[in-house]
Amino acid sequence: MARKNKKAVETTTQDGGENAIFNKETEGLSQGQIVLRRFVRHRGAMTSLFVIIGLILFVFSALDQKIGPVKVPGWWHYNTEDLPELRSEGCKEGLVGCPTFSLRPKFLGGAGFGLGEHPFGQDDIGRDYFALVMRGAQRSIMVMFVIGFIGGTLGTIVGAISGFYRGWIDAVLMRFTDFIITIPAIIIGSVVGYHFGNLGVGFLAFYLGLFAWTGLSRLVRGEFLTLREREFVDAARVAGASNRRIIFKHILPNAVGVIIVSVTLLMSGAILLETALSYLGFGVVAPDVSLGLLISQYQDSFTTRPWLFWYPGLFIITIALSINFIGDGLRDAFDPRQRRRITKKERESAKVVKKVGA
Amino acid sequence: MLAYIFRRLGVLSVILFGSSFILYNLAAISGDPLEGLRTSTEPNAKQQMLALTRSLQLDVPPPLRYFLWLKGILAGFTGHIDFGKTRDAQLVTSVIATAIPTTIRLVFFATITAIVLGITIGIVTALRQYSRFDYAMTFVSFLMFSLPIFWVAVLLKEFLAIQFNNFLANPQIPIKWIIGLSIATGIIWAAIISGDRKRVWQIFGVVAVGNAALLTLLSVTSWFIKPGLGPIVVFGMSIGIAYGVTQLSTGLQNKAALRSAQTMAVIALVLYYPNQWLFNHHAGWFLILAQLIVTIGIAFAVGLKFAKIDRAPTIRTAGITGFLVGIITLLDKFMQTWNPYMSTDAINFRPIPTTGQVNSLLEPGNFWFTTLDILVHMILPTIALTLISFAGYIRYSRGTLLEVLNQDYIRTARAKGLNERTVIMRHAFRNTMIPLTTIMVVDFAGLIGGAIITERVFGWIGMGTLFNKAINSFDLNLLMAVFFITASLSVLANLVADLLYSALDPRIRAGKG
Repeated sequence: MARKNKKAVETTTQDGGENAIFNKETEGLSQGQIVLRRFVRHRGAMTSLFVIIGLILFVFSALDQKIGPVKVPGWWHYNTEDLPELRSEGCKEGLVGCPTFSLRPKFLGGAGFGLGEHPFGQDDIGRDYFALVMRGAQRSIMVMFVIGFIGGTLGTIVGAISGFYRGWIDAVLMRFTDFIITIPAIIIGSVVGYHFGNLGVGFLAFYLGLFAWTGLSRLVRGEFLTLREREFVDAARVAGASNRRIIFKHILPNAVGVIIVSVTLLMSGAILLETALSYLGFGVVAPDVSLGLLISQYQDSFTTRPWLFWYPGLFIITIALSINFIGDGLRDAFDPRQRRRITKKERESAKVVKKVGA
Repeated sequence: MLAYIFRRLGVLSVILFGSSFILYNLAAISGDPLEGLRTSTEPNAKQQMLALTRSLQLDVPPPLRYFLWLKGILAGFTGHIDFGKTRDAQLVTSVIATAIPTTIRLVFFATITAIVLGITIGIVTALRQYSRFDYAMTFVSFLMFSLPIFWVAVLLKEFLAIQFNNFLANPQIPIKWIIGLSIATGIIWAAIISGDRKRVWQIFGVVAVGNAALLTLLSVTSWFIKPGLGPIVVFGMSIGIAYGVTQLSTGLQNKAALRSAQTMAVIALVLYYPNQWLFNHHAGWFLILAQLIVTIGIAFAVGLKFAKIDRAPTIRTAGITGFLVGIITLLDKFMQTWNPYMSTDAINFRPIPTTGQVNSLLEPGNFWFTTLDILVHMILPTIALTLISFAGYIRYSRGTLLEVLNQDYIRTARAKGLNERTVIMRHAFRNTMIPLTTIMVVDFAGLIGGAIITERVFGWIGMGTLFNKAINSFDLNLLMAVFFITASLSVLANLVADLLYSALDPRIRAGKG
């Protein structure tokens, strides 16, 4: 903002209308700053960003974690392995392990605002459901980031190489992509599961990531195909830049918008994929916990003990929804044609400036 | 062009060959089909193992066995495709043949509904960009993106099936619900139509009051137990359809089109009782097909009668109106069937099922009962699939239409004085449909094998269930058959989409690059 040239402002505002407002806003800012400003202005995306960061901190600090040899204690007083007694006081007739979470204050006949002993209730054998949901959410978030990272990296590399070099390299890589698309990831999972047993959630995320890059690589390839024909690439080549330098320094920064947006969408798809696979029994398997697995285990108890069904689902939706909104905000921020709505006030003030200028 | 298609087909077959070879070997080492029998204590376990080995050719190592399997597939060129046998010694072809219609029934209607709803809402949100309706729909579509289908399915089962069936025991809508629903509908319509403040309140009032009156009427007359439209309501709806279709298709100022659409509605009224007689005495798919043909014939004749010049749009308007009016008549017939259907012992006044694809207790013979039974079983899965998939169409059609509306040819169309309807429907909408068509093609192909979770939740036995079963029981031939059909359809659909794109949009040429 400090670099803003006052004279330039006056001349541009004299063009009048919407262009003036937009030009005035972006003057003297770098591309990154413009993108950041656009993103910050997207209310849904900013809210979601805070929600997801808060949720990650909340979820990962809740339970005891083992980082290498160090054991970090969590703030929640139960763990997934604990087996407290099934509680029946305060529940409806014939029910045990109902949630103690209450939002209704005492003077309205409720139990008062508070979490209670088991805010999300208990499962069949008395395990604290809050702890189980936290563990499941940890798994899902981890799978989401691993898939996003592996899929994003592979997709970018394959797409960049085939879009930049074209010719036979492109043909081979794209046929390889088609080939990967046709192979169902479940099969690989079951082969590995049969031969090596359950390798845990980390491996699940890893191999799902190996299959998740195809859509992204096509997008990146398309982006590279158009960018490599642009004048600045020719200029760089004339100046003697190597292919590697052109790819990393000149083209990739211009394609980063597409990549970031699709990685976000890939991640929101990944969390649904993980829960769906776990639901079918091909993903995370018991005794490990995952949100999809919890829903699958307790879907029949919906009519009698609905809390076993609601909470894992709510966590899946919150995570996926936030990621989707962040993706939308990023897309708007990176799209140069994107124009936000101009409020009446801004229009008025632009007119005033114009008059003053004239 | 032809050379391009052949080259693409050649590459596709190489890809299919490679992926099926790898998948065959992977699936073969993923488990041992004889495992259960090896530990079995049955006296004839050994014979069973021998029989299974012979029938599945398990003595041949997988890489070689693949070529035996491939031989069966390649025999498809001579008309005798052979997918081998399942573990239960059934022919895979016959198992698949019963599963495919189920899956198609499941996904076809859901996809059609999703496409129609999604594109309609997408277009409205694009035309009302940055309105409250737009923001609300953006939120709704992101919410739909984020919903796990198995979770939605359980909710639907509880609230749409079990609670609705309970409600039917005493079909009186509580006052609270009437008020709530009316306010909600009023808000939605006011947001869609929008305008200045006074107009918004007017729309809200009219819609809310109308809705409340309608719900009260339905509640008082126990309509949910004995539904039906009757000739008067059918006629009223037909006239409404006639105006709506004309407005969208040609614009109301085209008198010939409006007259012909209205005539179609009148003809539907005249033919109401003859149609009822036909429905009762000659029920069957043949009748419905015949009625469809007759409707198209009548529409053609009516269109020709009214239009002096520019006949195609008039005939089109009459045709669409006739088709929709026919659907209303059919709907009326199904509503009349509702009460007798519910009264049968098999249903016993709990009509919305939570699982299964047909009610096996229902006595066969009555065409309307069996068809309604199939439709009723489709309700929940269709809603679940539609909810999940229509969000994508909203986002995509909104984005495309916004892009198209920024084009120069739209400005030209406006500048030469065309009215807004013509600009939107003739210039913008058609160009929006080009990329959407190609997406639809790929979607349809993907759906044939795709609905694993939906099928599982709702207890349908389609391709998804077969795939699931084949993986769990190491049934190699079944697995490969499902895979082969799904994969070939999806790669073919991509080819068709590319060709279609270049056919629809002359700026893009397939075969280059």
